Amino acid sequence: MTTTPTGAGSAGTSTALLDVRGLRKVYDGRGRGVEAVRDLTFTVGAGELVCIVGPSGAGKTTLLRCVAGLLGCTSGEVVLEGRRVTGPPPGMAVVFQEYGRSLFPWMTVRQNVERPLKEKRVPKADRRRLVREALDAVGLAEAGDAHPWQLSGGMQQRVAIARAVAYEPHILLMDEPFAAVDAQTRADLEDLVRALWKRLGVTVLFVTHDIDESVYLGQRVIVLSNSPTVVLEEVAVDLPDGRDQLTTRSAPRFAELRAHIYKLVQQAKEGHRPAGE
Amino acid sequence: MSVLPVLRRIVLLLAVPVLLVAAWWAATANSTDFFWPPLSDILGTFDDTWFHGRITSDVLPSLARLLAGYSLALLLGVGLGTAIGSARVLRALLEPSLEFFRAIPSPVLVPILMLFAGIGNGMKVLVIVSGCVWPVLLNTVEGVRALDEVLRDTARCYRMRPHSRFVHLVLRGASPQIAAGARQALSIGIILMVISEMFAASNGLGFTIIQFQRSFSVPQMWTGIILLGLIGIALSVVFQTVEARVLSWYTGLRRSQREG
Repeated sequence: MTTTPTGAGSAGTSTALLDVRGLRKVYDGRGRGVEAVRDLTFTVGAGELVCIVGPSGAGKTTLLRCVAGLLGCTSGEVVLEGRRVTGPPPGMAVVFQEYGRSLFPWMTVRQNVERPLKEKRVPKADRRRLVREALDAVGLAEAGDAHPWQLSGGMQQRVAIARAVAYEPHILLMDEPFAAVDAQTRADLEDLVRALWKRLGVTVLFVTHDIDESVYLGQRVIVLSNSPTVVLEEVAVDLPDGRDQLTTRSAPRFAELRAHIYKLVQQAKEGHRPAGE
Repeated sequence: MSVLPVLRRIVLLLAVPVLLVAAWWAATANSTDFFWPPLSDILGTFDDTWFHGRITSDVLPSLARLLAGYSLALLLGVGLGTAIGSARVLRALLEPSLEFFRAIPSPVLVPILMLFAGIGNGMKVLVIVSGCVWPVLLNTVEGVRALDEVLRDTARCYRMRPHSRFVHLVLRGASPQIAAGARQALSIGIILMVISEMFAASNGLGFTIIQFQRSFSVPQMWTGIILLGLIGIALSVVFQTVEARVLSWYTGLRRSQREG
């Protein structure tokens, strides 16, 4: 199997918004350390939508937490917009998988979206506009005064997305955001992410265990090995830019890409590692 | 249509109290026992006993000391509790000692506190604080510890400042547990308010009731006990009203989790 990176964004580092170099993470266990991530190197260019896919237990969440600055790495570094990440950087928003636990239940939907803007000291008038536009964009213009727990799971994740969008981040990290919603809602939310990405020009790093989702969403898919994690292969998704659930998913090229990544993930599960590992 | 449920509520609310009062009334109606005077006699002396000066000279001072002690305990308990709950080192360091102090019944501290704080208002407020602070403190620690990891991460990602993290994440997140502690502390506070006035006091509800006991003014003593009960009800109604407002999100969340 080839291990050469084929992604467009990894060709030159000059335009890279996010640069992950030799990232390694060892958790200190009792007695001995557990190596979750061994050596991850990849870049994400400005305005790109990159998906990261890998078998369960591949350290996807560890990787994302290191990129987000929530977790320190053992060695290597994460560089965002030319600055080394040592804590959660400004200009970054994260959408977590656990929508029910990432929204403040004591705040209304509007307050949830507005809170980060207050922290950013955005003037009141701009804040109002951003919150309104963000809730509009995710189709929740009427739900501003509701509390998150009054909404369905899919709607709660929309609130989390609205909060991230209103924050006007340069990079949006998404950690298996649709793993806990039903299939139909998931399709809607996937289209929502594509639409927002195209409209806002924000860079998106999307972590998922769903192979179809990674192909449908991404311009590029980074396939991870099993733990201790390395990059198995980067796959450029050469599907047309205008995607929709029906035609894109039934296109022959979609099936090929899907099959290719599926094989990679199967190999990863069996413990296949790139040459030289 | 809407009258019936309201009526039902009122009946449910008052049925047992009315029955109890009726039973007391009937059981003591012809009583000649010195210690069990007829309820009619007790109620007859109520107005004379309390509404001619004792409200301002005894009841209000007691309530003021309760309020001062209770507020101080809340402040101290929530302040220390959030600090201990947030720092693992602090928790490991202090938890054994906290369990020790919590186990000491405050009334036994009264003579010792008298040595340090004299016999004035300060001592009585301190007694109330020393009893009320524990449930607030320990519940706050638990509440802060139990804060959701994902919510903490969210606060960090959106770079919430320490002050707003404290107000909008830690305090609000721990508020259900803090309220549970505060509710326990309120009943402890009322008990300690009375007890602190039984030693070396010159006014207050507890002091007055003890005086009645010592002078064998039995009906008057009973009015004092009834008054204490009524004050307890009033305070718990105030507490529940405040709690319902502050924790409306929590009751809603719980309800939606049960139904979902």
